[in-house]
This record gives sequence, C-alpha cells and structure tokens, in this order.
Amino acid sequence: MNVPEDLRYTPDHEWVRADGEEGVVGITAYAADQLGDVVFVELPATGTRLSAGASFGAIESVKTASDLFAPLAGEVLAVNDALSTQPELVNSDPYGDGWMLRVRIDDPGSIDRLEDAAAYRTRIEAA
Amino acid sequence: MSYGPHTADDRDRMLAALGIGSVEALFEDIPAPMRSAGLELPPPMAELDLARRMSELAGRNRVDLASFLGAGVYRHYIPAAVDEILSRGEFYTAYTPYQPEISQGTLQTIYEYQSLIAELTRLGVVSASHYDGATATAEAALMAIRATGRDRILASRAIHRHYLDATRTYLDRGSLHLEELPTTVDGTTDLDALERALGDRQHPVAGVLLGQPNLFGLLEPMGAAAELAHAAGALFVAVVEPVSLAVLAAPGEYGADIAAGEGQPLGIAPQYGGPYLGLLASTEALMRQVPGRLVGETRDLDGRRAFVMTLRAREQDIRREKAASNICTNQALCALAATVYLATIGPHGLRDVAAMGAARARELEGALAAAGAARVHGAAYLNEFAIRVPDAERVHARLLEQDVLAGLPLGRWYPDDDTLRDALLVCATEVTTSEEIARFAAALREVLR
Amino acid sequence: MSHGPGGVSLVEASLAGAATAVEEARPGPAGRAAVGATLQPTLAELSRPGRGGGKVPHPPKDALDGIPADARRVSPLALPELNEPEVVRHLVNLSHLNYSVDTGFYPLGSCTMKYNPKVNEWAARLAGFAGLHPLAPDALAQGTLELMHELQGALAEIGGMHAVTLQPAAGAQGELTGILMIRAYHRARGDTERSQVIVPDSSHGTNPATASMAGYETLTVRSASDGGVDLEALRSALGPRTAAVMLTNPSTLGLFERRIEALLEVVHDAGALAYMDGANMNAVLGRFRPGDAGFDVMHFNLHKTFSTPHGGGGPGAGPVACVERLAPYLPGPLVIRDPDGRYRLERSDERPTAIGRVRAYQGNVGVLVRAYAYIRAHGGTGLREVSADAVLAANYLRERVGTAYELPYGGPCKHEFVASARNLRAASGVRTLDVAKRLIDHGFHPPTIYFPLIVEEGLLIEPTETETLETLDAFAEAMLAIAREAHDDPQRVLAAPTTAPVRRLDEASAARRPELRWRPMVGRETPCPT
Repeated sequence: MNVPEDLRYTPDHEWVRADGEEGVVGITAYAADQLGDVVFVELPATGTRLSAGASFGAIESVKTASDLFAPLAGEVLAVNDALSTQPELVNSDPYGDGWMLRVRIDDPGSIDRLEDAAAYRTRIEAA
Repeated sequence: MSYGPHTADDRDRMLAALGIGSVEALFEDIPAPMRSAGLELPPPMAELDLARRMSELAGRNRVDLASFLGAGVYRHYIPAAVDEILSRGEFYTAYTPYQPEISQGTLQTIYEYQSLIAELTRLGVVSASHYDGATATAEAALMAIRATGRDRILASRAIHRHYLDATRTYLDRGSLHLEELPTTVDGTTDLDALERALGDRQHPVAGVLLGQPNLFGLLEPMGAAAELAHAAGALFVAVVEPVSLAVLAAPGEYGADIAAGEGQPLGIAPQYGGPYLGLLASTEALMRQVPGRLVGETRDLDGRRAFVMTLRAREQDIRREKAASNICTNQALCALAATVYLATIGPHGLRDVAAMGAARARELEGALAAAGAARVHGAAYLNEFAIRVPDAERVHARLLEQDVLAGLPLGRWYPDDDTLRDALLVCATEVTTSEEIARFAAALREVLR
Repeated sequence: MSHGPGGVSLVEASLAGAATAVEEARPGPAGRAAVGATLQPTLAELSRPGRGGGKVPHPPKDALDGIPADARRVSPLALPELNEPEVVRHLVNLSHLNYSVDTGFYPLGSCTMKYNPKVNEWAARLAGFAGLHPLAPDALAQGTLELMHELQGALAEIGGMHAVTLQPAAGAQGELTGILMIRAYHRARGDTERSQVIVPDSSHGTNPATASMAGYETLTVRSASDGGVDLEALRSALGPRTAAVMLTNPSTLGLFERRIEALLEVVHDAGALAYMDGANMNAVLGRFRPGDAGFDVMHFNLHKTFSTPHGGGGPGAGPVACVERLAPYLPGPLVIRDPDGRYRLERSDERPTAIGRVRAYQGNVGVLVRAYAYIRAHGGTGLREVSADAVLAANYLRERVGTAYELPYGGPCKHEFVASARNLRAASGVRTLDVAKRLIDHGFHPPTIYFPLIVEEGLLIEPTETETLETLDAFAEAMLAIAREAHDDPQRVLAAPTTAPVRRLDEASAARRPELRWRPMVGRETPCPT
C-alpha cells in the first residue's frame, strides 16, 4: 500500500502535505481502498475554521460512509471542486488529484505531532 | 389454523439431527423465571370461522352513506387494474429490493413512480415514498433545517392538523422551533404575517410550509409566499394533493424547493387511515438531503439497463446515528398503486378527475347555499370548502341519522376559532353523484328549518 | 404461481426432492432461474400520444372556471399515455423479474419472510374495512374499532405489557414513538439531564438513527464474545445522563440475551428505561414476554412476526406496547371500549400527557386487519407453535450450514443464526457477497449479508416456520455446493449471478451521477420518445 514518505498522517487515515504555513489534506490510499468505490465527498466551504480532530466533512462509498477529520487546526483556503463531479479521483489518485482541502495551518509546529510514514505504515499493517 | 408445513416426522428428523429430544431444549437459554407458559388469547380458528369473523367485523362498519368527508383523504374511482396488479404475489410478498438482480420488478416500478411524481410536481428528485402525508411534511421540515443550518419553521395553520401535529412531534427535540402562521378572513395564509415572521433577523427561518389546496380547500398564493421565503433565505415547502396537480400549478412552477403530500388519492383505498403514501419531492440541489429510499438507473456488467437503490449512504443501516432519518421501509406497495393508477388513468384522465371534482363541488356549493348554508371563506377553492351552519356538531349528527356524512366539523380541529366553530368542511370528487348532492341539500334544509 | 420463460419455481423444484433440486439448480440451459428473464422498457418508452382514456367521464367544459389563472398549471402534464392492456402486461412482466415469498424461499435474517396468508389479503379488501374513511364518526366504524381494540389487547398480552398504540407506521416509527415516550416520562419527573441513549454495537441501524431523530446522543456499547451485550461495558456507559437503553432480544445475532436480568437491573438502577426492539419476536411468542422481564416499552413489527406482506419494502406497521408507568405518554387516540360495549377513539382531552401524534389518523389499519386475522387464526397455542417451529428450523439449518461455514457464536440459536464465509474468503477469495450472488443462480434469495456489522463476512439466515423440510434441505445443499464451488471453481462464484435477468450492477456510477427519473422529462414538452 502506497504511503508516501513526505506526508504526515492521522490515525483516522487523513494525510497532510505541509509547506510552511499551508498544507494540503486528503485521505490515504489505504482508507480509499477500505471504503471501496467513493461516490460522494462532502467538503466544507472556503473560509471554514478547522479544529484538530473535529469532523470537517464526510465521504461516501457505495456501501459505507465515514466522517473526515481535520488533522490540524486551521482555515480552509480552497477545496477540490473536481471531487463534486469525479469523486472517483479519491480512489484513483488519493495523494494527487484526489486531494480535498488546502488549509492555512494555525501552528506549523503542530505538524510534528502527526504520524510519519513509518508509523502510519506500522498502524495499517497491524489493522 | 396454522401455515406451518411440518409433520410430526419432519419435526422428529430435525430434532434427531440436533441430537435433542424436544424443542423445549432450544428454549432453555431463556432464564426460567421469565419463561412464559403461554398466552391468554382466544383459541385458534379454522379459515372458515376466521372468514366469518372478518366479514362480521367488516359488516359492522358503515361505508354506504352519501359521504362529503375529505379533509386529506378522498374517495376516487380506482381502476380495476390497480388492485389486480397489487394482488400479484411477486409484488406484495417481495422484500425491499436489496438484491437488485432478482428485484428489477420492484426497482423499476419505484423508478417509474419517482418519474411520474417528478412530472406531477415538476421537481427533479422524488423519494421512493414515506409513510403518509403527515410524516412526509415533517421530513420536509427537517430537510429544510438540514439544508439551511437554521432551526425555525413557519407553517400555515391551514395545513392539515395531523400534519402539523406530526411535524411538531418530529421537531420536538429542544433545539427546533415550529410556528404557525395565521390565516386571513378569506381563509388563506396571512402573507403580511409571513413577511413579519421572516423579518426577524435574529432568528432566521429554515423553511416556510403552505398547503395547496389548504385544509379549508382554498387556493393559497403559493408564488408570492415562495418569493417571500426565498428573499429571506428560507426554503419553500408546498404541501400538495396530487390529483389537483393535473390542473393546479405544480410546485416546481412556483419555485417550491420541496413538495410533500398524501398520495392516497392516487389509487389507494381509505382503509381508516392507512397504509397510505407519503409524497416527498425536491429540487436536484437538495438531492442529498432527501431522506429515505431512492432508486436510480444504472448498467449491469454486460451493459444492460437496470435499476438499483442508490445514495444508500444517507440511510440508517449504513449511517446509523448520522443518518438523514431513521426511516427504514418505504410504502413500496402504495407507490406501486399510484404508479398503476397514473399509468391507467393517464394525463387526460387525471385532468378529468380533478376537473370533475371541481364541477361537482360547485354543484354542491350551489345546492347547499340554496338550502341555507353559505361558504365560510371568500378565496377560490378546487373541490373542497367550508360552509357555515349553526351548531355544526348537532347538524352533523342529525344528517348522519339520515345517512349523510356531512364532512368534518372544523371546530374539532380549531376549537378556539370563532369563524370555524360553526363550520363544516365538505368535499366532492368525481364519484359524488347529483343524487347524493340533492339528498345532502334536502336533509340540510330539513335540519336547518 | 408464476415465473418467467423457462423458469421453474423453487416450490416446484423443492417438491421434486432436495438432491434433484440442487442438481437442477446448477446454471446452464437446463437450470432453473430464481426469476423471469426479460427486462422491460419504461412506461415513458411505451407511451404514444392518444392512447388510453375512458376510466372516468369527461367533466363539463366550464368545470375549472372558478380557478384563477395564476393558480393553474401552465406546464404540460407529460404523463405517459397507455392503454390498459399494455399497462397490465408491462406490470405483470415486471412482476416476473421479482423474487418473492410466493415464488420461493426467502431466508433473510432479521426480516422474518414467512408466508403471507391469502385469507388476510381477502379480509383487508372487504369493502367495510377498505372503504372506511379515517375521520368517519365512531358510530360508522364499530367493526374496525372492535378489531383494533382486540388487537391492542392481544399485543399487550403477547408483550406482557399494559397498553398499546397501533399508530406507528413501521418499526422505525415505533422506535421513535417509544423513545419520545421515554423522554416525556423523564421530563414529567423533572429529570431533564438525560441526553443519551445507549445501543449495542449489534443493533439495527434504526436504533441509533431513532435516538438522533429524538435529539439524543447515541452511545454504542460492545458485544461480549458470546454475542450478548457486555454487562461491564453497559454498566460503565450508564449514568445520570442515560435516558434509555435500546436492546434487541433475541439479539440481531439470533441469540437470547442470557444476561437479560442483570442487564435490565443495571439499566433501571441508573434511572434509565429499557426499550425493546421487537423485530425478533417470532422466536419467542408465548415463551418470553418482554414486559415480564422488565422491559418498559417495545415495538412489534407486524410485517415480520404477524405475517403481513412486505410489499417490496412496505407498508408495515410498528405498534408500541408499554408498561403502566409509560401508558400516559402513548400517542393518541387509543381505541376505547365504553361500559355500554361501544367502541370509540379517545378524545384528545382525555389524556393530555400523550406525546404528539407521529403520523396522521389511526395507523396503517389495512395492515392491522391482516395481523389481527393472523393472530385469531393461530390463537395463543398456535403462536407458541409458530415460535417452536421457527426456532427448530433455524437450529436445523444452522447445524447443516455449519458443516461448511463458520459459526461465530455458540447455540442454540433462536429464529435465525449468523454464519460467516471468513473461511471461504481466506481459502479462495470468495466473499460473502459472492456466496449471496451465487445463491441466486441456485434459485434462492440470499440471506441478509454483512449484518450485524460486528460479524466479519456475516450471513444472517432466518428460515421462518413456514418452509418445508425439503426446502430447508435444498437451501442447505445449495450453501454447501457453493462452498465446494468456491474451492474448486472460484471464478464461477465470483461471476455470479449468471442466470438472473441482469448481472451485477454498477452501483458506484449510479451513486456518483444519479439518474432518478426518466430523462429528459421535467422541463421538456413531452416525455415520450416519438
């Protein structure tokens, strides 16, 4: 299962690609695989405040639905509008075209509290 | 009488396979103190005796009166094909179509139902049905609350009382508010009051609900109400009667975001209250807020067109506490009745049903006015209206003695309203005859004398 | 009995004997199909302008003169135009695409797909019942009121409860009614801090959804390894904020809650009330009465336990029964028998503590008529026998299916049991979904799958009491044959079904880009292809 080294991860299977004060958020290939065919992604409006660990949206597959949890506190700068017509991008390219949010991170240091690739890989291998 | 097939030998074979001597061994997991020894119910009956008992009970009801009672449930002619199709075991003994490969009959008929109701309402998304008009109305209010993120509903007091009661029950969770809008002397919803209520910026409104026709049978200014609602950022919900949509403006035409209503007039017998058909339709923008089942078109692996329950992730069995509603079933068989009804009666037939009801109602209005009972309200009506009589309950009871069911005494539902305390709500449909109207008028003249 | 071209119904096949039936069930030119084979066009595609009509007389030309112009419909009424023979043929052909109790065995766990007696259908259609207006004065409704009064009493007896409302339209609405009654009870005592409802992780999805609808927060407690509710987990979840605990007994795993006494004791010790989901009452009629055990309120599913037909997904009915302390809160109107022997609906001022109505009128009375007929046909002794036979059949089937599938929980089961295809998946990649689809090729409706959620690769199998031993054996043989196929020829199972009118569907595309009605239609001049 693809777990890119340059990302940080949550136990709820979101990833963050941080670049200074900004970050991009999505869900991992493992999560997309567990969900199966993604059919709908509900994302917040631009400008929404995120608090770490709180639900920011939901993702639905044919037979299940899950909440999406914010990895970090911050503000939504942009959402991936392509997902509204092509939710399958989450399955086909979870770390690329299947991204969900671009956020301004309140505390760039908080990224270090998330799991690195090795820790996340260990987690999903144990599941 | 039992429907079980097992012979003593069958039971012995099953017990032997399980290595037990008696079926009682299978109930030993019930703690002894709470094991029940049996039920105090009447003894079993043979089918003949049961049929007799059921006939006797049905015979104790009286359904042979000249009836002018509507108030949300209407007598209509039901083409014979409707019950013929409903009686097919392949439809009525099937379960929810969770296995689409062997449920295309139910799935396609629901899809056809959704399409037919979409055309009637001119709204693009139609739920596979709710329990009845009351719960569909309540669910429409909850949809408006979810879609707007607001917590306040304004509903005309001239919506069916049971619908308002059920909506109040569904909204009674502490944080949600339902306010009733008053009516004017002409019997329609007071738009000035609506505008004032919408103007409270401290407490923005999620949805505005009006009936069309309203409970008094009157035609509401739906377009104007919808504009007011939208100007305040609220959704507009039309509570409609489906047959009337053949001739009255469709909710989608006057900008309603949601239509709710009772589908009983579409080929379903009154049955003392149900099962009926909760109509719920919305614009496509609200598709993911629609509670309950939806059926959609898709393809199978070989590319054949097929139908399947879709957007399932909103539903309780997947979403559990986060579901849009706890609704699990729909009223599939009643939706099938509506489908067969609309398919057999056709667009011209449905217009004829609606227009004939209007014609009979005007005939009724004239006859009752001549007998001394004038209309209560001034607004236009379709096929139901209120008349004023002194001491409506007494008049109603006296007419009943003469086998005339003179509608509904409105004082029962509006005890505090002076104009309605002495009002009878009466209706006519295409099955009402001139003879029945004459009988009603003659008896009324006698009673009022 | 009816079936599609070349099809042989399961009942006929099962009469031919189990071993033969399974041989015949193998797909191929000689195989039997679960349902008919011919897909149908839509009504819109069949429509031709000018067809149909003649059902009702034409109104006078001036009929609508009283309707103001701005209230009239402007857009065309683009409904399909068809003549009656076409409509009937269309729908009969569609019916052939359905699997149903009348055409075959329907072992859906938690759904109780028993036979739907025909005399009940006949009775519900009697003009005296069907034609009665819901607002008819009591004097005109004495027959139906008597029936409802008797049914209230019978359900109270079966539940060991004090009083019953027949109003809820379905089990889920019964749940909502019960939870709202519990809230009214707490409120009336000034006990307003209770904001949580506890459900086990094996519960029906309607339980937590109901709690949310009533404005409660849901707490989920885990099941113990034996499938029952974990007493310690429940104890630690309970507290001064707990309003109610919703339990299903027998549980959704088909097991009687052996710790039920202790569970109910800790619930009540916390000041909470106990709701029982009565979905599984078919296992315990006349053998376990929830009220005797200490449950406070419950619902019945008349469409499960009392044989009213499922109708392709409804209507059902979900009457609610409760103990005396909750009776003040039942939604009105109840049916009352006056001292003079006449029946009437309760007036709204007689019991002002009632919660508001949950729907219009008196309930799904047409369904109540059928359930009443079923209860009268069986009597108390017959209902007890229903449960004995349902439980015996389930245990017998469990024994047979268990030779090839895992049984995650010990027996005896009640009216249904859980099996798992985990072993098949590990050995061959064949999953429960594939087993289910392959059963279609063997002529059977699949069991409930992937429920309860806590069972990996779960199959919930409920035979009911109305299936012959031959049918049970034929189903067991099909399950065993599929297990063998999974081992010998997994591709065959993975490709199933191949004998149904359609193969597996693209559900993802259906949900991503929903097509929920004929297109183009709304907004177009005419719906019909020319």
